[in-house]
Amino acid sequence: MRMDRSYLEFEKPIEEIKNQIAQTLEIGDKGQVGIKSTLKELEEKLTKTTKEIFENLTPWQKVQLSRHPDRPYTLDYIKNITDGNFIELHGDRNVKDDKAMVGGFGEIDGKTYMILGQQKGRNTKERKYRNFGMANPEGYRKALRLMKLAEKFNKPVVTLIDTPGAYPGLEAEERGQGEAIARNLYEMMLLKVPVICIIIGEGASGGALGIGIGDKVIMLENTWYSVISPESCSSILWRSWDYKENAAEALKLTGKDMLKNKLIDNIIKEPLGGAHAEPQKMFKKLKLEIKKNIEELEKMSVEERINVRTEKFSNMGN
Amino acid sequence: MSQEAKNPWFKRKLKGIITPSTEKKETPDGFWYKTPTGDVIEKTELKNNFYVTPKEGYHVRIGSKEYFEIIFDDNEFTLIAEDLKPVDKLNFSDKKKYADRIKDTQKKTGLNDAIRAAFGKTSGHSIVVACMDFSFIGGSMGNVMGEKIARAIELAIKNKCPFLLISKSGGARMMEAGISLMQMGKVTAKLTQLSMAKLPYISFLTDPTTGGVTASFAMLGDINIAEPGALIGFAGPRVIKETIGKDLPEGFQTSEFLLSKGFLDFIVDRRKLKSKLKQVISMFQN
Repeated sequence: MRMDRSYLEFEKPIEEIKNQIAQTLEIGDKGQVGIKSTLKELEEKLTKTTKEIFENLTPWQKVQLSRHPDRPYTLDYIKNITDGNFIELHGDRNVKDDKAMVGGFGEIDGKTYMILGQQKGRNTKERKYRNFGMANPEGYRKALRLMKLAEKFNKPVVTLIDTPGAYPGLEAEERGQGEAIARNLYEMMLLKVPVICIIIGEGASGGALGIGIGDKVIMLENTWYSVISPESCSSILWRSWDYKENAAEALKLTGKDMLKNKLIDNIIKEPLGGAHAEPQKMFKKLKLEIKKNIEELEKMSVEERINVRTEKFSNMGN
Repeated sequence: MSQEAKNPWFKRKLKGIITPSTEKKETPDGFWYKTPTGDVIEKTELKNNFYVTPKEGYHVRIGSKEYFEIIFDDNEFTLIAEDLKPVDKLNFSDKKKYADRIKDTQKKTGLNDAIRAAFGKTSGHSIVVACMDFSFIGGSMGNVMGEKIARAIELAIKNKCPFLLISKSGGARMMEAGISLMQMGKVTAKLTQLSMAKLPYISFLTDPTTGGVTASFAMLGDINIAEPGALIGFAGPRVIKETIGKDLPEGFQTSEFLLSKGFLDFIVDRRKLKSKLKQVISMFQN
């Protein structure tokens, strides 16, 4: 477990109790007696407080959680669910290797999957290296190359979505950011292998959808998925950056709302306190969900799967 | 009453306003049009020149009404799914309620949403055309746009004819949030069916085409064509400028820029649009 955990403003009561527990343990180490009941009390208080906070999260708080600095990122999930049995593949065979999009073959319980997704960085240097998880066209083209590779060798595809958006840069436009995303939507719609897309953090707009066409689209509990970030929405519609909470509310971007509006297929519950509080539990859960969903999808014929996928997207919003 | 109105020169010959609002043009109000280089020309002259200024060749922004007039033989066509109207499913509200925004815009433009689709003939060939109207909330894509394009594609498949989509949009409609995002998937899903039916999809990009429209169906034509000088891109110029902290080069994100980068097949002057379409359709069919 990470020692230097960071806490969001609304997580502060949790931090306080955790500090109290640490202090109590310290006292116990010094040989003083009577900490057992205090510890039990504090643990109970911790669970109760965490529950209270996490059962009443606002949409904006969920957005904040989706960006939590301690939250597992794509490669954390891949390494853990494959138990390290993963071969990262690089490059779009055209321009370069996009570090904001990662992917490769990974084995889960003896079966090979193609797993890919946007990758964020944890510190300033890493964040720059990963371009904050904002892929360029070559990232989307690399993703497509890997998905076509999976199709050729009949391996199911799992995409892990975590991006503040596709990169809005000069070279991205020159190399056709719009075309790259559009091509992926089209090709993913017709992929012969099962495809599941899981939003593990931020699901911002076309940049997310660019690897988001699947037989199952699933959101982790504390993530968001929408057409624009609450901040940008606030700046455009309210002409001020100060309405991000209102925008988060209005956009109906939580898993619950997205499921209600039939825009996603399922939600995966996170451990109490969020994926970052107990990452190992989260990895285990995700692995189970991937196995379960792929198993189900593999029972269908290729034509049936593509038909159901196409029909599902054809009816969205109706 | 103003002085001008009292002047007998400006007296109406006919009583009452006789132009129904449905016939209103997207072109600027009044009798005269001022071109980019400052010339003043008559509106009728502009119309007769396909809304292209004669001297500069500047393509004035027009709507579905004008494009249908240009494309369909004798301006005869049947509208597709015209009864579809936007519904505020998310109960969205920013400074203004989305429901009110819809009503006000419908009243102002005489349109139901930012797109109209129609079936008819161009140079004798059957064709389905869907065309966006920028005057309706920036040509933004919501559920009506996605659904109308989907129905238009279905009709093209049924009638075994080509599909022409004229894009003119700022992108997804924020007020329909996740629903609008998924319209990119919806239309793409339908395009896979058009493709299996081996029917041509001509994507015609006009000023401006950005955001989710560019990042989905506008870039997926069997052939992608554009009007001269149109702004076409994924991110808007302002966002890119803010991101990179530099001014953008001259001509960045124009049709000509996209052609040179390999994302368009050719650029077509609006005055030659109909004859070019005839040639293209013939090539596919003969």
